[in-house]
Amino acid sequence: MTLFEITDLTYRYDRQTAVEGLSLSVDEGSRVALVGANGSGKSTLLRILDGLYFGQEGAVRYRGQALTEERFADDAFAYGFRRQVGLVFQNPDVQLFNPTVFDEVAFGPLQLRWPKSEVRDRVGETLQRFGIAHLKDRVPHRLSGGEKKRVALASVLVLDPAVLLLDEPTAALDPRSQSQLIDLLVEWGGGAKSVITATHNLGDLGDIADRCVVLDSGRIAAEGAPAEILRDRELLERTNLVHAHRHRHRSGELHSHPHVHSGEAERSD
Amino acid sequence: MSLAGRHRQGGFLERTIEGLCQAMERAMYAEDSAAGGGLLQQLDARVKVAGLFALILATVLATRMWVIAGIFAVAVVLAAASRIPIGILASRAWLGALAFTGAIAVPALFLTPGVPVYRVPGLNWVVTAPGLTTASYLLLRVETAATLALTLVFTTPWMHELKALRVFRVPVVFVVILGMTSRYILLLLETAQEMFESRKSRGVGALDGTDRRRIAAASAGVLLSRTFQLSGDVYLAMQARGFRGEVYLLDEFNMRRLDWAALAGFAALAAAGVWAGR
Repeated sequence: MTLFEITDLTYRYDRQTAVEGLSLSVDEGSRVALVGANGSGKSTLLRILDGLYFGQEGAVRYRGQALTEERFADDAFAYGFRRQVGLVFQNPDVQLFNPTVFDEVAFGPLQLRWPKSEVRDRVGETLQRFGIAHLKDRVPHRLSGGEKKRVALASVLVLDPAVLLLDEPTAALDPRSQSQLIDLLVEWGGGAKSVITATHNLGDLGDIADRCVVLDSGRIAAEGAPAEILRDRELLERTNLVHAHRHRHRSGELHSHPHVHSGEAERSD
Repeated sequence: MSLAGRHRQGGFLERTIEGLCQAMERAMYAEDSAAGGGLLQQLDARVKVAGLFALILATVLATRMWVIAGIFAVAVVLAAASRIPIGILASRAWLGALAFTGAIAVPALFLTPGVPVYRVPGLNWVVTAPGLTTASYLLLRVETAATLALTLVFTTPWMHELKALRVFRVPVVFVVILGMTSRYILLLLETAQEMFESRKSRGVGALDGTDRRRIAAASAGVLLSRTFQLSGDVYLAMQARGFRGEVYLLDEFNMRRLDWAALAGFAALAAAGVWAGR
């Protein structure tokens, strides 16, 4: 069954076009990576899929229902959608606005009017699961970068959404935190949930997605399995996902050529 | 250790960062104080909002100086009983109100016609009795209202205040704007602090006056633009988790005997103030 159906979508900020004539279909239960360089339109597309932005042209449908401003003016539709779809923002600071970590994680369930006893239980469980129970009385914006990211993720996953939208989930994290976060996401929902991840970190692709959509200047440049995309060196260079930089080999030879960073399916050396 | 204590006084950038840290501390103080164990902290948020607002209304309606002074004294006693240091009240309410209202009240001293009571030496400006009375009323009213408002802010968690406002049918849009304003101020301070720290890390030595002015002017525009964008994103993040303007909290508002007694006390005081101040 189709989860999201995007048809000829165009979204413009004042003078800049972020998404242009984009058509895409995402199936239920699939794990899709939106891959692209900075400014390729990934974050904008995620916000459109979450019903926060609405395109000037084209259409977006969620489980057959059009996502429009008019639809979101209806409380029943808006609450239903928010119960099912969760978005984790790239910058955790924008997601942390409550006085304590506990309040932060409880914010979503309270807005969706869960019973208060259930909110307390679920928040407690989620804090334990994310290893942040010891931070529950701390002020969120005074936490470290990794802790903030965990709290931001917990504040969305506490809702147990059927669809998770992630914007650069591992950005600005140290390697250990990145690895822990990826493990959490892979384990989440027993792998049965729909996950759409925007990233330019090619190293995570094999773990977080079974389908890649490469974006370039707001358009789809390519689609395919992660391994297939990672093999296409010309595509990666053209879309600024790999770069050539100077480095020294064991033999002492110093040269530069297109270079894919750590953890990718195919490493060039 | 306080945030402000981590930076030593130094040049322009250091002093700016120091000032921003102190502003952050001040912004955070209200939540810490609201969690304290003073008299008003024990009361239901609705009682405090209604009671303190009634006293502000009585202050505005009163036309006798001793009545306004009496309400001011009550406000100070309530603040002291709620463990709000007088120094904090003086620096955040009284001095600010004095500066802003003083600027408005000073012309009234000289421009209001009436019996002269004082002549400014060398300037030949005359302070009149009605001018003095008008300025005194204005200052005392503003000082009293500011003390009551600050006492509410320092004894009530911010989200409880917003929820209490909704209980009194204050429109959603107004409550959302209040909530976002609070977050906007914190974001502005955080962003400014990061910008000046970044600028400091890339500079060596003292800055002359021209450079300081250039940095201040360049920073102001960028800062407002960045903060505006960030606060827009915060609102989107709230919407993404189901926020529609209503405030939902885990804590239930619960009227106990103490709250009813406090409500009756506030009502009696406000009514007495209005009656005596006619």
